[in-house]
Amino acid sequence: MAVTETPRIVTSRIGYEDSHTIDRYLATGGYEALRKALSMTPEAVAAEVDAASLLGRGGAGFPAGRKWSMLRKDPVTYLVVNGDESEPATFKDHLLVERDPHQLLEGVLIAAYALHVSLAFFYLRGEFALGLERLQQALNDAYAHGAAGHDVFGSGFSIDVVVHPGAGAYICGEETALLESLEGKRGFPRIKPPFFPAAIGLYGQPTVVNNVETMSNLPWIVLNGGAAFAALGQGRSAGTRLFALSGHVRNPGTYELEMVKTTFRDLIYAPVLGGGVRGGNELKAFIPGGVSAPWFGPDQVDLPLGQDEVAEAGSMLGSGSIVVMDSATCMVRAAWRITRFFARESCGQCTPCREGSGWLERVLYRIEHGGGREEDLDLLLDVSDNISPGLQWPPLQTTICVLGPSIPSSIHSAISMFRDEFLLHVKEGACPHA
Amino acid sequence: MSHLRPEVRSRALELIALYPERRSALIPICHLAQEQDGWLRPEAMEEIAELVGVTPAEVRGTATFYDMLHTEEVGTYLVSVCTNIACLLGGALELLEHAEETLGVRAGGTTEDGAITLEEAECLADCDRVPCVQVNHRYVGGQTPESFDRLVADLRAGRLTDTVPSHGTLVRVRRSVGLQADRQEVARQRAAMAGAQAARAAERERQKAAAGEGGAGSASGGGQG
Ligand SMILES: Cc1cc2nc3c(=O)[nH]c(=O)nc-3n(C[C@H](O)[C@H](O)[C@H](O)COP(=O)(O)O)c2cc1C
Ligand code: SF4
Ligand code: FES
Repeated sequence: MAVTETPRIVTSRIGYEDSHTIDRYLATGGYEALRKALSMTPEAVAAEVDAASLLGRGGAGFPAGRKWSMLRKDPVTYLVVNGDESEPATFKDHLLVERDPHQLLEGVLIAAYALHVSLAFFYLRGEFALGLERLQQALNDAYAHGAAGHDVFGSGFSIDVVVHPGAGAYICGEETALLESLEGKRGFPRIKPPFFPAAIGLYGQPTVVNNVETMSNLPWIVLNGGAAFAALGQGRSAGTRLFALSGHVRNPGTYELEMVKTTFRDLIYAPVLGGGVRGGNELKAFIPGGVSAPWFGPDQVDLPLGQDEVAEAGSMLGSGSIVVMDSATCMVRAAWRITRFFARESCGQCTPCREGSGWLERVLYRIEHGGGREEDLDLLLDVSDNISPGLQWPPLQTTICVLGPSIPSSIHSAISMFRDEFLLHVKEGACPHA
Repeated sequence: MSHLRPEVRSRALELIALYPERRSALIPICHLAQEQDGWLRPEAMEEIAELVGVTPAEVRGTATFYDMLHTEEVGTYLVSVCTNIACLLGGALELLEHAEETLGVRAGGTTEDGAITLEEAECLADCDRVPCVQVNHRYVGGQTPESFDRLVADLRAGRLTDTVPSHGTLVRVRRSVGLQADRQEVARQRAAMAGAQAARAAERERQKAAAGEGGAGSASGGGQG
């Protein structure tokens, strides 16, 4: 197993105490990629990104190069960075913003050049107080250094970047809700079509929205070439990815790993990575890609960490967050808490999502607390089916955004995998784990 | 009479200048108002409305959508305990229960001395240090019941004022420059957009109406996003 040989693309600096400062950044090759990009044509820069097969790291895994090519030609276009990071158990962007804000910023400057954008926005969740401060400091320093603002490095290219704080709402991670929020409104996802902000985005103008990690990869890609990036990983899953590992493991944390070359087993058990399940307990189940993803059992632990591999097995790599649950975990409780999250964060525009999430949460609560009935299992599946007909994967969508169809994932998984445990709650009239 | 202090108001105007449309500064200015008052007073919302060109009701309607914007008074310290999945697996509900006992308030409540508001939070993106706690949106690391009590004592004794400013202060680093990318270009863009704006708004309304008629029943699959 080659987990220790993984190249570090986005985490090369985080070992330094002062990794967030411009001094450290410049001492470690910072802003060289931007200089190189400025010596190329914008189209050539975009071509490198396309060649890299850089899949968006925000959850949907859409190729960045393709998204960029869809940007509608218009004199006014925008670039918006999605730093809302609110998918439960996802904490990789937190690391990138706080520990290497210049790398992120350099990526944004490169993208802005490639896309002919002259105004870019960082939308950071408001709870990232330190991240907001560090990013603003990085931006101030970059302006002073000549890397941002008027006539960047004497190239004739001018760009302004604005750091914008959110104010606490998961749904604002959905890109059209994010744009509404950035326009100073409530974060209601927009009705599709238009399907992509690349056609109609911020202030009605063509807009590229990319995730923090997606952007943070760009300096490396420009310096080393798209082909070098594409040579890492396998198939569509090129390069490395940050995996946020949490739950019942000895060493929870963020790990940068080459795509596909590593398995969930490596991540969870390798001594240099997760270090195994806490207390030497048995693995009961794990969530492979954020709480919107269907769960996996121990028999799927040898799957590689690849976009298509996980999709074919019936789930998704999503936001790259893996939650490990050991043998002592109450699965009713886990499913209930995830469902309560969705019930709280549903924006309320669509009836199945708004009403369904509340119903599901209440039924799960009563099962967990001993008031459940056997019919409740069918009721849960029935309500889930009303939100996403057929309960298939990928889920069918009857709502404005994908939050709705994400709700059934954990419930459907928990009932399919641990039906007996639900029934035991009902039979004993209490949680057997309590 | 301005409710926002002169320096706060001038920072608000600086913020407005950063966006092609004033309304975009609404949430950032709400944060500024909270920095001044600790929460969003009605007078502040009225002034923000005037600043960004909407009605006070729109400011309130927008602010209430967001968890971090408080239209009612909160304590000097907002203590947020995450109980979402990773923290749940690490004993967060037990920690929250302990916090409620220690502070003598339920989640959502404020201690009698007005020092601490306790809040049950959704994931705060720090899931490898559990259960995750933030004070005024500053991470203080995963907490045990014992460390939580020490944290509360430190807060009450004012021992953490350097790292944790009072509630509402979010970003202490101020932007050092205004917009620089070709000013004329920016002005031109704004003018171009003002024209296109009305047409786009009408188009969006049309699409909304059309989508409403057909029902929002598109059957596109796909994972998150
Ligand atoms: C409910 C919901 C929440 C989302 N939250 C985030 C988020 O916090 N961060 C993020 O980058 N993308 C999030 N996304 C995905 C975005 O809509 C969008 O696909 C992404 O920002 C595009 O960037 P990428 O192509 O670089 O991944 C979310 C999607 C949905 C439906
Ligand atoms: S699916 Fe849910 S969160 Fe998404 S727009 Fe509809 S109600 Fe809002
Ligand atoms: S689940 Fe608690 S911080 Fe993420």
